[in-house]
Amino acid sequence: MVEQEGIRRYLAHIILWIGIAIVAFPVYIAIVASTQDNALIANGQMSLLPGGHFFEVYYQTIFVGTSGSTREPVANMMLNSLIMALLIAVGKIAISIISAYAIVYFRFPLRMPIFWLIFITLMLPVEVRIYPTYKIVADLHMLDSYAGLALPLIASATATLLFRQFFMTVPDELLEASRIDGAGPLRFFWDTLLPLSRTNMAALFVILFILGWNQYLWPLLITTRDDMQTIQVGIRKMITTTDALTEWPIVMATAVLAMLPPVFVVVAMQKLFVRGLVETEK
Amino acid sequence: MQKQAIFKSKLLPYALVAPQLAVVLIFFYWPALQAVIQSFLLQDAFGLSTSFVWFDNYIELFQDPAYFESIIRTFFFSFAIAVSSLSFALLLAVMADKPLRGVMLYRTLLIWPYAVAPPVVGVLWIFMLHPSLGVLARYLRAAGIDWNPLLDSNQAATLIIVAAAWKQISYNFLFFLAGLQAIPKSVFEAAAIDGARPMRRFWTVTFPLLSPTIFFLLVVNIVYAFFDTFGIIDTMTRGGPGTSTVTLVYKVYSDGLLGGNLGSSAAQSVILMILVIVLTGIQFRFVERKVTY
Repeated sequence: MVEQEGIRRYLAHIILWIGIAIVAFPVYIAIVASTQDNALIANGQMSLLPGGHFFEVYYQTIFVGTSGSTREPVANMMLNSLIMALLIAVGKIAISIISAYAIVYFRFPLRMPIFWLIFITLMLPVEVRIYPTYKIVADLHMLDSYAGLALPLIASATATLLFRQFFMTVPDELLEASRIDGAGPLRFFWDTLLPLSRTNMAALFVILFILGWNQYLWPLLITTRDDMQTIQVGIRKMITTTDALTEWPIVMATAVLAMLPPVFVVVAMQKLFVRGLVETEK
Repeated sequence: MQKQAIFKSKLLPYALVAPQLAVVLIFFYWPALQAVIQSFLLQDAFGLSTSFVWFDNYIELFQDPAYFESIIRTFFFSFAIAVSSLSFALLLAVMADKPLRGVMLYRTLLIWPYAVAPPVVGVLWIFMLHPSLGVLARYLRAAGIDWNPLLDSNQAATLIIVAAAWKQISYNFLFFLAGLQAIPKSVFEAAAIDGARPMRRFWTVTFPLLSPTIFFLLVVNIVYAFFDTFGIIDTMTRGGPGTSTVTLVYKVYSDGLLGGNLGSSAAQSVILMILVIVLTGIQFRFVERKVTY
């Protein structure tokens, strides 16, 4: 730009570093706390430098769990979260892409009403239908199951809209060409449309995986067995133990572990993630 | 807009929409309908008899000062979270939009909190500001502030607003950056040639051109503050002290959990549903306008 004097540029660098410091500070504290002795933290004497208990704390967190009698090791919680996040992300993409395909490439009675039925679910977040949904899942005997964790969250109006939008931009000639080659609707979908949607699917997957991994209220309600707990629910139960003092190093180690997969996905797939985000939300 | 090239098949399209439709009907519409029906019913304490009471649950709700307070509180939280997070994110985005060395690194370092789950955000902040062991609480006390968010309602509310705004910075930053980069650089150059200083350029050129993004983000942030702060509140204060951090969504959860009044909890859900519909409607009108312009 026109007047790019040194001073302004330094100021920008400084402001950005302050921003990064504010954003990173809580996580720094968590990492530091996860390497220290609990007694020290409980006395309010926590040091701002890493302590020497890194391996011991993480070993206990991942494989043993807190000392409270009924708690699970975090490895198990992470596995549950992973399964739930994958089921939600893959499930949402799968059922959305085929319903968008039907809506764009076929004319059938009730086509538009069905589209609107899917669309309106945008306005029904799980929070507002929480108890009736709980009751239905209970009636279907899906409490404490992966199906119960994932199914009620699996419909996706945004994904359907996104795929519909994308299919509209696919040139008609492609369909004509594959029809001349003798391909039916399923062949065309599998051989032509699916490969074309790959980047869209990848961007969506990044966002939906994080969405699934970070679910909290729903798993909190429907999981009662400790071995079905997700990491988000587990961490909350750790800080509300009544039988013993909260073991903060383990809680902080769990927080760090709970952040790792989604943050890794965001940073590694930054480009895809940013594009997917802007596309789904706008 | 309609596709010209289509397939002809009677059953296949239904088979393709069936999975999504099944999920939507069983887990979305059926429970939503249940909530609406339930909100017109009154059940006795043992669930033995149920009677249809029209709008009694709603009337009772609006006469309840606790509900009224939680409405005010929810809106206050939402605006405080949105305004603080938006203004800070905008400042950072304006800086990151400049041609600086290492700007990609800055962006990467700023966007990752998007991925942190609300309960984890809650745990991180309560740990830092825990009255007896928090690192930051130590400094606050040294500065002469009697810091105890577990007892002081205003401090508890501040804590939630700060934590929730912190998480939302990265999201707002991303959208502001995208918005800023969509503004042609020639507009700034023209303003600069006209002699407008940077601050003036920001308020007369950037800010108005960014206003659609700001409006969009305002709505998104309000929806976020309504629903996604649940995990933050539940891990940090559990609605306390007293009911001083109970938002509308938290109230649906806690009222229903205690199992006291199903009708009231359902009525609260229905009111929330209407709020979401209104907010989503605003978002879509905005998106449509953007598309046609």
